[in-house]
Amino acid sequence: MAAGGADKFSVLLPTYNERENLPLVVWLLARTFRESGNNFEIIIIDDGSPDGTQEIAEQLEKIYGSDKIVMKKIISVLFSSGTAYIHGMKHATGNFIVIMDADLSHHVSLHFIKQKEGNFDIVSGTRYKGNGGVYGWDLKRKLISRGANFITQVLLRPGASDLTGSFRLYRKEVLQKLMEKCVSKGYVFQMEMIVRARQLGYTIGEVPISFVDRVYGESKLGGNEIVSFLKGLLTLFATT
Amino acid sequence: GAGRSGPVRFSRLLSPQAAMTKLGQWLCGLALLGSAWATLALAPPGLQLPAPYRQALLPLPVYLLVAFGCYSLATVGYRLATFNDCEEAAAELQEDISAARADLRRRGLRF
Repeated sequence: MAAGGADKFSVLLPTYNERENLPLVVWLLARTFRESGNNFEIIIIDDGSPDGTQEIAEQLEKIYGSDKIVMKKIISVLFSSGTAYIHGMKHATGNFIVIMDADLSHHVSLHFIKQKEGNFDIVSGTRYKGNGGVYGWDLKRKLISRGANFITQVLLRPGASDLTGSFRLYRKEVLQKLMEKCVSKGYVFQMEMIVRARQLGYTIGEVPISFVDRVYGESKLGGNEIVSFLKGLLTLFATT
Repeated sequence: GAGRSGPVRFSRLLSPQAAMTKLGQWLCGLALLGSAWATLALAPPGLQLPAPYRQALLPLPVYLLVAFGCYSLATVGYRLATFNDCEEAAAELQEDISAARADLRRRGLRF
């Protein structure tokens, strides 16, 4: 009994210094896909990490098989999510692409796979609805997050509750089309994808996710991030 | 964009690509409301509305701004207060991490 028919899920993991987290993420993903009976592959796009991320990825490739773990190295000065995804997509053989951070920020529970039954073009994880949420955030961080999201909703009316989360499932051709159209960098890029997707008439489903603060490593949310977020938001406001 | 000779194709105006930017929509909306307000509130003596209406209309923009400000504060405050803390998810994750490390070690991963 084939659970997902001929569907195959390609998970794109851009990494930089994720030596600690990467095996755990891969293990969690592998377990979730095995349990749901879906065919999958994990494409690791590493930007020349000096901490041995690539070496760990190669070990994982041996353990899980090179049809399941695909290691791609890029070394670029202007490493951005966009570059990594473009690179990763070239090697993706699935018809669905999952994009998530490689750090353990996204508790891997793939309701996505089930949610996909709504036949959405995109399924987006949201921290703000249902039983989605966060762990390990202080009041200040929560306030900034909610405030920023409110401004985004007012200005962009995107039709999705969480634009800056980056745990999403896309149909492959949808992602390809969006990558052609989107020009921003960093997480503004994630926002732009949803906005453009709406303009192009793609259907977007939402699934609550738990954003557990980085288990290893530090999160960054300083004045610089806020300023660049606002700049990106205003750019999207003026151009989409 | 590149110059186009010839008439604008009507179908292009109807396509999604021709939609206004959000900024454009805001400017249009504000221009419409603004001119309506200005026409009614600043009309010459002969065409004015009765005094009570004018008195209510004049400060309306400020009232709306303040109302929106209150709405924003209330909404963000409410959402902040109801922002879920995922205790269970965090605990689950810790267990998963232990299980993952044990299993991977068994399968030969050198951390």
